[in-house]
Amino acid sequence: MSPLKIKKGATSHSAYNLRSSYGDEVERHTLAVIVANEPGVLARVIGLFSGRGYNIESLTVAEVDHEGHRSRITIVTSGKPQIITQIKSQLSRIVPVHQVHDLTVEGPTVERELALLKVAGSGDHRIEAIRLADIFRANVVDSTLESFVFEITGTPEKIDAFADLMRPLGLQEVARTGVAALARGSEAKTS
Amino acid sequence: MSKTMTGAKMVVQALVDQGVEVVFGYPGGAVLPIYDEIFQQNHIQHILVRHEQGAVHAAEGYARSTGKPGVALVTSGPGATNAVTGLTDALMDSIPIIVLTGQVPTFMIGSDAFQEADTVGITRPCTKHNWLVKETDRLAATMHEAFHVATSGRPGPVLIDIPKDVQFATGKYTEARQVETHYAPQVKGDLDAITELAKAMETAKRPIFYTGGGVINSGPAASQLLRELVAETNFPITSTLMGLGCYPASGENWLGMLGMHGLYEANMAMHDCDLMINIGARFDDRITGLVDKFSPGSKKAHIDIDASSINKVIRVDIPILGDVAHVLEDLLKVWKSRGRKTNKEGLSKWWDQINEWKQVDCLKFKQEGKTIKPQHAVARLEALTKSHDRYICTEVGQHQMWAAQYLGFEDPNRWMTSGGLGTMGYGFPASVGVQLAHRDALVINVAGEASWLMNMQELGTAVQYNLPVKQFILNNERLGMVRQWQELLHGERYSQSWSEALPDFVKLAEAFGAKGIMVSDPDDLDDAIMEMINHDGPVLFDCLIEKHENCFPMIPSGKPHNEMLLGENADTTNAIQAGGAVMV
Repeated sequence: MSPLKIKKGATSHSAYNLRSSYGDEVERHTLAVIVANEPGVLARVIGLFSGRGYNIESLTVAEVDHEGHRSRITIVTSGKPQIITQIKSQLSRIVPVHQVHDLTVEGPTVERELALLKVAGSGDHRIEAIRLADIFRANVVDSTLESFVFEITGTPEKIDAFADLMRPLGLQEVARTGVAALARGSEAKTS
Repeated sequence: MSKTMTGAKMVVQALVDQGVEVVFGYPGGAVLPIYDEIFQQNHIQHILVRHEQGAVHAAEGYARSTGKPGVALVTSGPGATNAVTGLTDALMDSIPIIVLTGQVPTFMIGSDAFQEADTVGITRPCTKHNWLVKETDRLAATMHEAFHVATSGRPGPVLIDIPKDVQFATGKYTEARQVETHYAPQVKGDLDAITELAKAMETAKRPIFYTGGGVINSGPAASQLLRELVAETNFPITSTLMGLGCYPASGENWLGMLGMHGLYEANMAMHDCDLMINIGARFDDRITGLVDKFSPGSKKAHIDIDASSINKVIRVDIPILGDVAHVLEDLLKVWKSRGRKTNKEGLSKWWDQINEWKQVDCLKFKQEGKTIKPQHAVARLEALTKSHDRYICTEVGQHQMWAAQYLGFEDPNRWMTSGGLGTMGYGFPASVGVQLAHRDALVINVAGEASWLMNMQELGTAVQYNLPVKQFILNNERLGMVRQWQELLHGERYSQSWSEALPDFVKLAEAFGAKGIMVSDPDDLDDAIMEMINHDGPVLFDCLIEKHENCFPMIPSGKPHNEMLLGENADTTNAIQAGGAVMV
């Protein structure tokens, strides 16, 4: 067999600590998975979660480095610590997966989600909706005489809270992007 | 200067460049250009199987007996779907194979064309990785990368789906050395963890090596280092079904196979040890029995190249991520440099205990009367063939366990069995692959009649290429293992577990142009086996055995290691209780 040219420091194993101490509480973790942007890579990741019975609370994916053909998948998952470790190890062995980072354990992070909410109503409800939107710093991106579409960005909890408030005021439909997350500070965790 | 050629030629060129000598395959519409190229060259031998599942198992047998990757070539649609069982089998047992599938032309993909299937979609969960190549310029690089992925890290099956227009089109051939890859699993273990294990070995009173297929996959050096480590430390060693041969069965420290049908002494030692050193095994459920009561008092170390195998089932104290040979080399160095210490007093007592367990003689059986006991048949096969240059394959079921129990393996890569997936129909095509790699060796497939019939069409392949594979069929006219579980678990209601309308195996062999031998009298057994060995050609050996023999020892499902059922006098009433009944 002819050997292939292997890039130095190519595969990283940084995400998981094989000696982590295991509790029995279900934890919520945000993972950043850097993958080669090739056909089927998302199917591989999703297939892993469905095939092995892991949870996906949210998942976002988009290309982040056009020249390097890299996409970033941000997955929010939950499970007991042993399962979280398994998920990270299993993700790491998918061939087009370059890096797996557990943002939840790697230090402070910022997490943001974008949502669009359609609220229909008139009179006091309509005035209350726009007043609350202002408090939550939501933007109106579409308006008719009977409805608004709000755009709101924030943590998933903030969006939950806003949606809860809109419900009695005529909330019709919600579209959410899922979480995008980055570690705080000047250092890049992924490359 | 890169060469220009058609995609079909690239496939053959890449196989030649990767050192491939044999391809197992079956032609069809979507691979005709590749077959046309195969026709016009002499570097690669193509073996025409009779079913695509056979091609993949033959490639597995070839790979396992040589340590080199096996290659199969099949057409689109049904060709690809027939390969799925073999791919899954290779994934479960970590066998490096490359499966090439034809695909409808790129402009027809998605149109439900004739013999179209979403091959990469279907095989995504049953390959280590797969590719659909849509440009001829990418084909050679993908082929080289496929060999790299299949053989690096934890080995496994890969698949390349090649549309027919990509085979016809012309493109630039990429040499292997021009291919860049980021895939490079870690092989060196963490020295701190290795030192921690060396320290634990110095003080352990009741240590045991628990080895698996990872030792074999790591290559001959790993087995050699393991043997040195065992000899130096005098620790007892057991192995999973997959690891048989990594330590010689004749070795002084050998306890035999462990697990559900493992030896009493091996399982008791696993249960009572104070230091368990797992080398390339994965705490499979056939091994652990009841997980909650698995080896309760031991410190556990685990050497594995796959991080996801560590702490998956059993939590370990000393995880070491790396290739077995690399880690064992470092472990030996560290342990030696620290003064080659072991707890001699503790070890001596431990061996006394183990020798006491050995007195149980858990594999004893009585051959009496005019019916051949299956254990006797395998024991005689062992006695009459062990001096040969011998390779053993098996199908799946009772005969597989008897083969593992009564045959002795002195070297790695001599034992080909479907461990993880448990694929009936694996052994015969695997034996074809083994014999192709070792033309002068004695290749025997220990089989049950039901398993063997699942891929019996490969008798045509064996005859066509004059492959003298010996099919040693233990014929009890039953699905023996199913029958055994029905006896233990389902009130002796033997639902669908017998083989009716069986063929006359001697006539069947003759119909294919092979030799058939039938034996039913214990007194004729040795002569019949010798006749089988001495015949230069494929033999179908129909050995009529006791129909209701159960395979013991056995850890019933849901039970720990120290609650085994032993031999003929085992009390099997209520052996499996509700908790265990749901497990397989």
